[in-house]
Amino acid sequence: MISARRTMAILRKELLQLRRDRLTFGMIVMIPLIQLVLFGYAINTEIRHIPAAVVDQSNTSLSLALTQMVEATQVVRFEQRFVTVEEAERAIVRAEVRAAFIIPRDIDDRLVRSAAIFGSRAPPAQGETARPVAQWIADGSDTLVAGAIRSLRLMPLGELFREPTNAPAPTFEVTLFYNPEQRTVVNIVPGLVGVILTMTMIMFTGAAIVRESERGNMEMLITTPIRPLELMIGKIIPYIGIGLVQVVIILGLGAVLFSVRIAGSLGTLLLVTLLFIFASLSLGLVLSTVAKNQLQAMQMTIFILLPSILLSGFMFPYEGMPRGAQLIADLLPATHFMRVIRGVVLRDADVADLGPDAAWLLGFAVLGLIVAALRFRKRLD
Amino acid sequence: MSEIVASAVGMTRRFGANTAVDALDLTVPKGVVYGLLGPNGSGKTTAMRMLTGLLTPSDGHAEVLGTRLPGNAEALKRRIGYMTQGFTYYRDLTVLENLRFIAEIHDLPARRKRQRIDALLESYELRAQAGRLAGALSGGQRQRLALAATVIHEPELLFLDEPTSAVDPETRRGFWERLFDLVELGTTMIVSTHLMDEAERCHRIAILDRGRKCADGTPPELMEKAEGRVVEVAGDDLRRIGRELAGHPDIASVAQIGTLLRVLVAEATTEAEAVVAQALRGHPELSLRAVRPNLEDVFVLATHGGAG
Repeated sequence: MISARRTMAILRKELLQLRRDRLTFGMIVMIPLIQLVLFGYAINTEIRHIPAAVVDQSNTSLSLALTQMVEATQVVRFEQRFVTVEEAERAIVRAEVRAAFIIPRDIDDRLVRSAAIFGSRAPPAQGETARPVAQWIADGSDTLVAGAIRSLRLMPLGELFREPTNAPAPTFEVTLFYNPEQRTVVNIVPGLVGVILTMTMIMFTGAAIVRESERGNMEMLITTPIRPLELMIGKIIPYIGIGLVQVVIILGLGAVLFSVRIAGSLGTLLLVTLLFIFASLSLGLVLSTVAKNQLQAMQMTIFILLPSILLSGFMFPYEGMPRGAQLIADLLPATHFMRVIRGVVLRDADVADLGPDAAWLLGFAVLGLIVAALRFRKRLD
Repeated sequence: MSEIVASAVGMTRRFGANTAVDALDLTVPKGVVYGLLGPNGSGKTTAMRMLTGLLTPSDGHAEVLGTRLPGNAEALKRRIGYMTQGFTYYRDLTVLENLRFIAEIHDLPARRKRQRIDALLESYELRAQAGRLAGALSGGQRQRLALAATVIHEPELLFLDEPTSAVDPETRRGFWERLFDLVELGTTMIVSTHLMDEAERCHRIAILDRGRKCADGTPPELMEKAEGRVVEVAGDDLRRIGRELAGHPDIASVAQIGTLLRVLVAEATTEAEAVVAQALRGHPELSLRAVRPNLEDVFVLATHGGAG
């Protein structure tokens, strides 16, 4: 049996304290604002202008034209020229360039025999088949950079000889739904809702109970008739409001600055977001009953936050992870929320489409709240 | 014998290898101020926490307002008030906000809440500070706020843990006046302290030392028991005389009080003066006088000087 009066008393007290805590109050607005602008502009998986070097061993007008054509793709930017391959490799070691384009001495000869340009009309070579016209060496440690350089492998070169670019008919027709322009930010903005809520919600409530103990207030509270569940509920309700404010900031700015429109209904969006906020808050409360001080609560928050960013599907697709990692990811509320929020914001999914994830979040939240209330003892021993 | 409000039988609390409270027996009658007198670390706070149900006794039991402890202490919490040693209300809330919060936590109906807060602001002289943050109050004001908040639900039994250790004597006087106002209304109090002037104000006291009870009774009773054990020595070079006496087997304690040396003899005797004179026979120039013991003498004898 829960007294609404006592719960309201806790709630009102939390609001009063929050109002006087200027720094926390500022963070509520500034965290989503700054992170959205920063990540929205910064994170981009489509790579352009990779610094590269060119080693032109032939120095003909064709090799010059080829270099310019490659640079025109905007995938790389030639920043250095070397005479030997060894010099180019050293530049890669020093990280001055990420890749080197090596044009062999017999480039003209290779080009005229290239099947890439003339197809089957290429003049037959004496006793040899067509060879690649030039070579790339690249720093393959970053798979995204390597992938971008690889994309140049089948670059059409017909233009070099004013040949019509008769692109071969594709095997498959591909239609990209929801993000046809392939802008990374479209995926990032709804994902950021999950990351920022994970961070702020767990952090605020993680500290909530611990703070009462640290300041000695808990000693007073436990000698009153307050019940653990009343304390827990009274403490999380203000943060539900704060979480919603942050969602409005992120999605509102996402629409204004990055033109990421909300495809789904606002009602569904509100519902799934509330579920996630609730789940994160009760997780924070559980941490708060484990932590002995605010520093420990903060450390635990980070312990949850990192996998929530890296494994939840925010940065890398969930499907690409091995089974074990997926199981761990499934334990995190953020993983379920990433699927749900992207579904609502980008694909106009409704609650029925997202049922299992939504149900999981609800179950997690209720369980967390119960565990926190059970773990909280009105005793000092 | 009047009604017993709180009692403990063999109440013990161990923290690991350390025994904080050792087989404590207490009997607190209704309407008295019961003092727990002892130095820091003597187990006063631990004893209080067990009596309020915050700590579970390792051994023994207690009965507070008819509730047996260990047991379900929740119902007890509506009937007791516990004022902790430090200020445990919210420093970032105002006086009024703190009182409102506590009133609501104690489920006071709206009308009753207004009446109580109004009365408490008046009698605890906090009306002018009602809108100030608790953290910005002076020590005495904060103390009054803590007491007001602790008694907002009119508890029958009040626990006060070193209530005035941190305030000046003037504030302490005022504070105790308020406590006796509450006693007049029928409230029973258990007060822990290490201050003699605070202990003297209690109706009954128990002296605790390293978790054990060394003596209990009313302050006059206890002082009477120490009768015939205190001798004042006057003269020159008291520091040296004091050092000479300190190791003597018949002498329990020596302390310089201004221009006098206060000497406590180890055994109660009608001839305390003679015992001290015997110990000081090399110094005929000193003047000796048997005096009435005070509570500090009782305390020192009880905690250091063997049987009290």
